[in-house]
Amino acid sequence: MEPMAALSHSKAAAAFIADEKRTDWHDETLWFVREKRDRAAHTVTEWENLRQLASDIKDHTLSDLDHYLSVFEQRAIQNGIRVHWAADALEHNAIIHGIIRDHKVKRIVKSKSMLTEECHLNDYLISQGIEVVDTDLGERIVQFRNEAPSHIVLPAIHLKKEDVSATFHEHLQTEKGNNDPQYLTEAARQHLRDKFIQSELAITGVNFAIAETGGFVVCTNEGNADMGAHAAAIHIACMGIEKIIPRSADLGVFLRLLARSATGQPITTYSSHFHRPREGQEMHIVIVDNGRTRQLGRPDFRNSLKCIRCAACFNTCPVYRKSGGHSYHNAVAGPIGAILSPNIDMKKNADLPFASTLCGSCSNVCPVKIDIHNQLWKWRQVLAEAGHTGKSKTIAMKIMDIVLSNPAVYRVSGKAGRWFMRIFPALFKSKRFNPWYKQREMPDPPRDSFRDWYLKNKK
Amino acid sequence: MNSREKILREIAANKPMKLQIPSLPVSPIDVERFVKVQKFRTILEGIGGKVVEVKDTGEIESALMALKGEGSKVACLCPVVGEGNVVVTPKQSAAELEAIDTAFITASFGVAENGAVWLYESQFVNRLLPFICQHLVILLDADAVLSDMHEAYRCIEVNKEGYGLFLAGPSKTADIEQSLVIGAHGARSTTVYLLDPNKQ
Repeated sequence: MEPMAALSHSKAAAAFIADEKRTDWHDETLWFVREKRDRAAHTVTEWENLRQLASDIKDHTLSDLDHYLSVFEQRAIQNGIRVHWAADALEHNAIIHGIIRDHKVKRIVKSKSMLTEECHLNDYLISQGIEVVDTDLGERIVQFRNEAPSHIVLPAIHLKKEDVSATFHEHLQTEKGNNDPQYLTEAARQHLRDKFIQSELAITGVNFAIAETGGFVVCTNEGNADMGAHAAAIHIACMGIEKIIPRSADLGVFLRLLARSATGQPITTYSSHFHRPREGQEMHIVIVDNGRTRQLGRPDFRNSLKCIRCAACFNTCPVYRKSGGHSYHNAVAGPIGAILSPNIDMKKNADLPFASTLCGSCSNVCPVKIDIHNQLWKWRQVLAEAGHTGKSKTIAMKIMDIVLSNPAVYRVSGKAGRWFMRIFPALFKSKRFNPWYKQREMPDPPRDSFRDWYLKNKK
Repeated sequence: MNSREKILREIAANKPMKLQIPSLPVSPIDVERFVKVQKFRTILEGIGGKVVEVKDTGEIESALMALKGEGSKVACLCPVVGEGNVVVTPKQSAAELEAIDTAFITASFGVAENGAVWLYESQFVNRLLPFICQHLVILLDADAVLSDMHEAYRCIEVNKEGYGLFLAGPSKTADIEQSLVIGAHGARSTTVYLLDPNKQ
């Protein structure tokens, strides 16, 4: 589907929560995943040390990123992997398109890659007359429905089994009304198995790229990345520059944290380590910038590049849980999306850092200790200064500034406000005129301000 | 300037001051073998795998014979257990391997903290085999169960061969309303035979 001018997060969220029951269900479902993460994290007594270690490894890597990328490239090439560099999304798409065109392939499968979502690869290829089958079950479901994934680990978390059943009935001719997840998954297994067997080219993401050995790791529970990569004659792996880690031994740290943080499992079913193409196969890797170098240059925001895409922050965020991934109008939603996206397009994504109560739960669960909640607040300052916050908000802030920094103005405003609330209660108890009242009760206006009372009663 | 140079130049200009690389943990979490084996079993069973502790390969050989006897297509890559009734070569395509029902593969190591086994490509010959078969049977020496991932990475050599993986249990998904379904695209079941000649 085309990336269209999106609703702001608050408008999209308002639409989402209009269905209260469904919002509660979405909220509970995501919280359930958070609870699984907690149980898993609590089995690792040194969990907090592990987080610190992961954070330190990533911080170190970012401080020598060019060196590690060069070493990785050199060793990958020695391994027989073809290395491509893409400055932006368009170049990434063009490179992949070029490989597809050169080999004249038609049957293409893709496993989960948030980078390819960010680059809108599928849409680009469709515009060139090329179809790609997404093979992750959640992604296939949303692909059938012409929707974007709403969660980077659980792409179809916003859908109930009835929705999936209807979609599969339409596209796979499954029994109408049969909502059994086992039955539906089996149908997808058969359908996609055929695609794997026929595939000529497989596109995968990269969870971690190892500088030391010139290889990369892909983690899945379904086995879909491997089914495609080992069946197809061409394997293209796509990675952001920040996916690099220094040593293969570092994987011990990250693989202990990743699945536990994401879904509460000790490890994903498959953690595949690719070093050399199989005989007769072509293996490519596309290393992508697309704004990451710019983020690297922002001292306040650079450590958002440590992200390992576990989505623990999504699952804990009360705003995400109650507004859904689509409200964030980006490939990567949730708290991490809110600090990554403004770097890509400040104007389009100015709403996202405000989609937060700054509760800090995200920072608490982040396996690589990104200070997400601090960055959300800092982005607000950047966006306000750049003029991307709405006029009404700017005006309101300016008025507040005057009222709160002038004791005399404060007193007069308070008195006027209390008088107004007493004389015109209907205006204040109106959802139309008083947005504050939409989800909150208004207090009864007191006669005196605290100051008045204090002056009268102090002894 | 091509993209490669542009990107590396941008990074050099924007990267922060160099920080030290941290050192990694060196002591295994669990040292006692029976503790490791017990943990391995508990965790693997918890994620939908099956664990059978055996003294020798007798039971596994019988399992293999039984499968062949009932006409299942079985690939056996563990010479100590016997031979399967299908041949696996590195160059076979997905279409050729598609009908394999069960694959017997020897693992190099197990990891107690997560029930995973490490497999080198040479142990399964064709990269598709562990994924395309319907059922997976793994042979693992009880001695080769390591404590944790740090220990595992000290013992394996990730680039010794072109491909290798940690495999933990059967394939699965919870993509449909968080209902766990075992058997997504990979194997529907994974059974690990833990070989311990000293077993009581």
